[in-house]
Amino acid sequence: MYQTTYHRASSVDEAVSLFGKSSEAKFLAGGQTLLPVMKQRLASPSDVIDLGKIKELQGVELSGDTLTIKAATTYYDIMTNADVKKAIPAIAHLTSVLGDPAVRYRGTIGGSIANNDPAADFPAALLALGATVKTNKRSIAAEDFFQGLFTTALEDGELITAVSFPVPAKAGYEKMRHPASRFALTGVFVAQTKSGEVRVAATGASQSGVMRVPVIEAALKANWSPAAVDGVSISANGLLADIHGTAEYRANLIKVMAQRAVSAAG
Amino acid sequence: MGVEGIGARVVRKEDKRFITGKGRYVDDIKLTGMTYAHFIRSPHAHAKVRKIDSSAALKMPGVVAVLTGQQIVDDKVGNLICGWAITSKDGSPMKMGAWPAMAPETVRFVGQAVAVVIAESKNLARDAAEAVVVDYEELPAVADVHAAIKSGAPQLHPEAPGNQVYDWVIGDEGAVNAAFAKAANVVKLDVTNNRLAPNAMEPRAAIADYDAAEEHFTLYTTSQNPHVARLVLSAFYNIAPEHKLRVIAPDVGGGFGSKIFIYPEEMVALWASKKVGRPVKWTGDRTEAFLTDAHGRDHVTHAEMAFDANNKITGFKVKTYANFGAYMSLFSSSVPTYLYATLLSGQYNIPAIHAEVIGVYTNTTPVDAYRGAGRPEASYLIERLMETAARQLKVDPAELRRSNFITQFPHQTPVIMAYDTGDFNASLDAAMKAIDYAGFPARKAKAKADGKLRGIGVSCYIEACGIAPSKAVGSLGAGVGLWESAEVRVNPVGTIEILTGSHSHGQGHETTFCQLVAERLGVPISQVSIVHGDTDKVQFGMGTYGSRSAAVGLTAILKAMEKMESKAKKIAAHALEASEADIVIENGEFKVTGTDKAIALPMVALAAYTAHNLPDGMEPGLKESAFYDPTNFTFPAGTYICELEVDSGTGKTSFVNFVAADDFGRLINPMIVEGQVHGGLVQGIGQALLEHAIYDANGQPVTASFMDYAMPRADDVPSFNLSHTTTLCPGNPLGIKGCGEAGAIGASAAVINAITDAIGKNNLEMPATPDRVWRTIHAA
Ligand SMILES: Cc1cc2nc3c(=O)[nH]c(=O)nc-3n(C[C@H](O)[C@H](O)[C@H](O)COP(=O)(O)OP(=O)(O)OC[C@H]3O[C@@H](n4cnc5c(N)ncnc54)[C@H](O)[C@@H]3O)c2cc1C
Repeated sequence: MYQTTYHRASSVDEAVSLFGKSSEAKFLAGGQTLLPVMKQRLASPSDVIDLGKIKELQGVELSGDTLTIKAATTYYDIMTNADVKKAIPAIAHLTSVLGDPAVRYRGTIGGSIANNDPAADFPAALLALGATVKTNKRSIAAEDFFQGLFTTALEDGELITAVSFPVPAKAGYEKMRHPASRFALTGVFVAQTKSGEVRVAATGASQSGVMRVPVIEAALKANWSPAAVDGVSISANGLLADIHGTAEYRANLIKVMAQRAVSAAG
Repeated sequence: MGVEGIGARVVRKEDKRFITGKGRYVDDIKLTGMTYAHFIRSPHAHAKVRKIDSSAALKMPGVVAVLTGQQIVDDKVGNLICGWAITSKDGSPMKMGAWPAMAPETVRFVGQAVAVVIAESKNLARDAAEAVVVDYEELPAVADVHAAIKSGAPQLHPEAPGNQVYDWVIGDEGAVNAAFAKAANVVKLDVTNNRLAPNAMEPRAAIADYDAAEEHFTLYTTSQNPHVARLVLSAFYNIAPEHKLRVIAPDVGGGFGSKIFIYPEEMVALWASKKVGRPVKWTGDRTEAFLTDAHGRDHVTHAEMAFDANNKITGFKVKTYANFGAYMSLFSSSVPTYLYATLLSGQYNIPAIHAEVIGVYTNTTPVDAYRGAGRPEASYLIERLMETAARQLKVDPAELRRSNFITQFPHQTPVIMAYDTGDFNASLDAAMKAIDYAGFPARKAKAKADGKLRGIGVSCYIEACGIAPSKAVGSLGAGVGLWESAEVRVNPVGTIEILTGSHSHGQGHETTFCQLVAERLGVPISQVSIVHGDTDKVQFGMGTYGSRSAAVGLTAILKAMEKMESKAKKIAAHALEASEADIVIENGEFKVTGTDKAIALPMVALAAYTAHNLPDGMEPGLKESAFYDPTNFTFPAGTYICELEVDSGTGKTSFVNFVAADDFGRLINPMIVEGQVHGGLVQGIGQALLEHAIYDANGQPVTASFMDYAMPRADDVPSFNLSHTTTLCPGNPLGIKGCGEAGAIGASAAVINAITDAIGKNNLEMPATPDRVWRTIHAA
């Protein structure tokens, strides 16, 4: 690791103001991505601003049909939260198959979506559920937030404060774990909104990051059942291919994971 | 057997220190004035080193020195050696490409060091390393064995035309051809044995400390065999004469073979310590481990087996290409030859065997012994072939094996090995019973009705352990003898120290070796301590690998114990005014048999050291030593059967059951044996399902971190069902065969046989990743 200056912010305002005063600052949440990258000397922020102790960034709120998860809430806290389990159990499930216990105790939803790893789990949930990302400056629809591999709508120094999810009628997430990293080799989140809209998002599959899967959405809109996806054909074009999965395999997984997610959603 | 004697499930003495974080590993050691080394490693698989500019780095804070490959060559530090001479079929010696500790001129694999920065801290060394400018001229590279032997392939070493290390043969080709000419059936198979990265939990590390006044070096290192390290560093690398070099291997966190070898980093640390006049520490990180720890396996094989009309094997021919990587590591040459082809008879009566092994250089990390070393490759090949034969001949795979089993012992195979004893039917029966083999078809049918693909796979392995009779290995080209040494010191107060040439890096020697003492003397193991891993403390010894520490190392301790006991009995007889022949040892006492006369061990020891009243002519003291050289290898064998299900939608495998019936001869501590089997099975399953060290066509490693290289984890493996069918090894007095490698040797074939049974297609390479299995299921 290169030399860096560590700050512990106590409020969102302080964090943002510290960021503005530094030459090349980074927010630090769970550190599960940022710290390994710094240790490998692939990142060298002049200043690291820790969000972990900011009270307003912690916790979950359920109000009416909206579930709000604050940005620095850890996966473990999300996974074990009663409101999450009640309102959107698919999110609790997603969190339970994310990484390993050590990662779940430290990693946060804000860090996950700010990083936007093409194989991360949460981006699929945000996209399929039509969530809204709240920052210190504005609200951004999930649709507009994710902009390709490791790229988001966030501006320099913009801080995610929370994510709010409309509570769906039904939702499910199934994931084929990458054998080495345990990220999503392919994961599919399916959701049926209370107004009857069907949204399906796949992560780990596409060369351009998390994506909607319109052909499966159409099939499920017509008939919400695993069998409805049987006849769907997913093109391997534009899908990721590496030593753990060919593009054809990932195309197959999009379909199979979608079917299993529908089963899980009930 | 006492409560802590042979056969007792004694809790491991060493675990208190390991699980409370009190282990003392090389990286825990800090010496006064210590400096830190950071290596500058080639990012290219093959390149000329044109120029190294360290001027900017030398001006950076805390930098002590930047040393290069040219300097180490100029200082006449020797090139790395390969300690087992193999002769090609044309009579020529193997072709050794020169391997300097840091490359002065040419780099041949990604990660090979070209220079080292020595600085006041690890971080400063790393900072400065980034400022060293190395000007490389990239050369074409080759990573695949078949590509490497094609004409026009990039050439690695001028000494090895065509990138060939050797073309070695074993067995009677004429007899094999005659068998094939008469065969009723011939079964053919191509298999790849995937390259593995060993991944011990503790990365390699070294601290070298040169004392200019004494002209003496101390090396702390992560070694499985500190004396062998000292010998090689002295005799071949010109570091220092043996008496001026002390090698200490303190607690070592796993080795699996990868810490047998003397690596460039240790040589550089020693040389640099003298150059800078201060201790030099290097601790590898995980990336360096992936790039520079010797890899394992990496064979490509074509094999054919001939059967007569009664399904008896009549002949076996094998052609294997072994990828050695860029250089010949310390024992690499023996792995695909004498540790592999000599086991090709498996558990079977095979009248004629012929094998040809072609060793090949490629621009990849050197390959050497890794848990099992050659024997997993042999076992996998034979057991995949037996399964293939059963499918082709349409007979039950277990019965095909049974009808070809060797049942008479001793048995001379056509490939050197003479099996001393075994009962292959017993282990097959035990495993079949444990898994309810007979009930499998019904379980498979039920799974099918539930939409699942269920399969069962058998693997009957044999290995040669207790490495090794020195004369035999010497005649085959080994540069060392493979005996072991021991010393027993009874202290004046009666506590006991055992000094052993074996080295424990996870195996539990501090417990099992004490159990032998407890068994013989009836003293608690708390009265005994095991001393190992320091060339200044322990007499010359050969270290731990090849499942040798119990069969060879413990036998050496037994021999020393017998000498010590014989002297102690004389002292006791003298004190008790009895005949030596009447003295028996029980519960820590020397008793006159049939009487109540007795003297406790501490009193005997005290008598030995006060020497006030010893038998006439007896030397004072109670300390004996022994060197034990085995007369044969030992032959652990067994049957593994695995039952699993494959998810046809994803290609993912899940285990239903995994049974192991092993014959390890006598067990000293069954709990520790089970631990060894569990670990070995997990490594075998890891090879079958997950692990693969991959290079792209240009020699760039694709799997140099745990994000890409899939290690098996607890939830990837089943709970194992273990049992033992014991035949005692006649070759050593304790009847021990060894258990350290069996799991890794036998497991992979059972898994692949089961998956191919489940999916109904025989051709499937390791690792059977979900993607690969899914594609195989759905291939036309
Ligand atoms: C072994 C391992 C396994 C993993 N497996 C998985 C997996 O299966 N699935 C998965 O999805 N992920 C996985 N991860 C990644 C993990 O989820 C990380 O926690 C996540 O990517 C980053 O979250 P973090 O809180 O640790 O963020 P950090 O590492 O602290 O930060 C990551 C980035 O986000 C920025 N950031 C953090 N918080 C905010 C904020 N509030 N506003 C703006 N920017 C912010 C930081 O500046 C930084 O650039 C794994 C990680 C590891 C180490």
